[in-house]
Amino acid sequence: MSGYDIERLGRLIGMLSPAPRGWVRAAQELPTARRGLDEIVARAEADVEFRRTLLADLEAALLAEGYEPERRVLDELRRRLADD
Amino acid sequence: MEAPRDDGQAAASRSKLTTELTDAALVARCRDGDDEAWRELVERFSRYVYAIAVQGFRLPPHEAEDVFQDVFARVFERLDSLREDDAVRPWIAQLTRRLCIDRLRSGTRAAGTDVEDLADVPAEDVLGDLEQAFDVHEALAELPENCREILDSFFAKDESYRTIGDNLGLPAGTIASRISRCLEKLRTVFEGRNGPAHPSSEQVT
Repeated sequence: MSGYDIERLGRLIGMLSPAPRGWVRAAQELPTARRGLDEIVARAEADVEFRRTLLADLEAALLAEGYEPERRVLDELRRRLADD
Repeated sequence: MEAPRDDGQAAASRSKLTTELTDAALVARCRDGDDEAWRELVERFSRYVYAIAVQGFRLPPHEAEDVFQDVFARVFERLDSLREDDAVRPWIAQLTRRLCIDRLRSGTRAAGTDVEDLADVPAEDVLGDLEQAFDVHEALAELPENCREILDSFFAKDESYRTIGDNLGLPAGTIASRISRCLEKLRTVFEGRNGPAHPSSEQVT
């Protein structure tokens, strides 16, 4: 007879329930989001007027450019623009 | 305390801890900039990271979400620093634990409490159980799809016999016996991967 208890196997399956899909999707889109950030930062470095617009109102500037101004994106962008 | 889950979607209807690629192969492909591999890596470890934050450290949903995103952001940024590609799982676990502790620490700083004194710091056996749960899910991924679906739906998604029956096109009255048969199959696969259990061991006994 096996020493493994199937009730415990069931409980262990239950310990790893799915993470909320929105969280998973956001993490999966990280490479795309990073590429978008890289483009914005590169443009801000090359275009003084665009950089000024970004710094004046980051959220509105991103919306105008078709980017979703998600909190983490805004935080990351502020950090990177401040580093420049 | 648990975050809301929208896990009824078809995309989430099966265990995603697939075994098509080894961890090492997956990491290598991520490092080469393969977006599809990255999505698979997130899918493979998402439940584990979530469980450590929510069950292990009992973080509230908004903090657990921050930790969850921070973990994957750091994994993405630091994949090049991983010395052994097949060690990605303990690396992610350690990163998650560290970020959870940082969260608790920042919350306790204001309260003037030591983080070690907090009830929310999980005992090692909780984290050990989560490790073992991951092993069980890897074994689960080797089962036929119908078994994978039924066990994951019942145990991990907490779905009723009726819901499972409706989703899989099976009479609700047959679900219990199918779960039982699938658990037996899982036990066989799990033993094949881990060796027979010993009564004195810390394994699934």
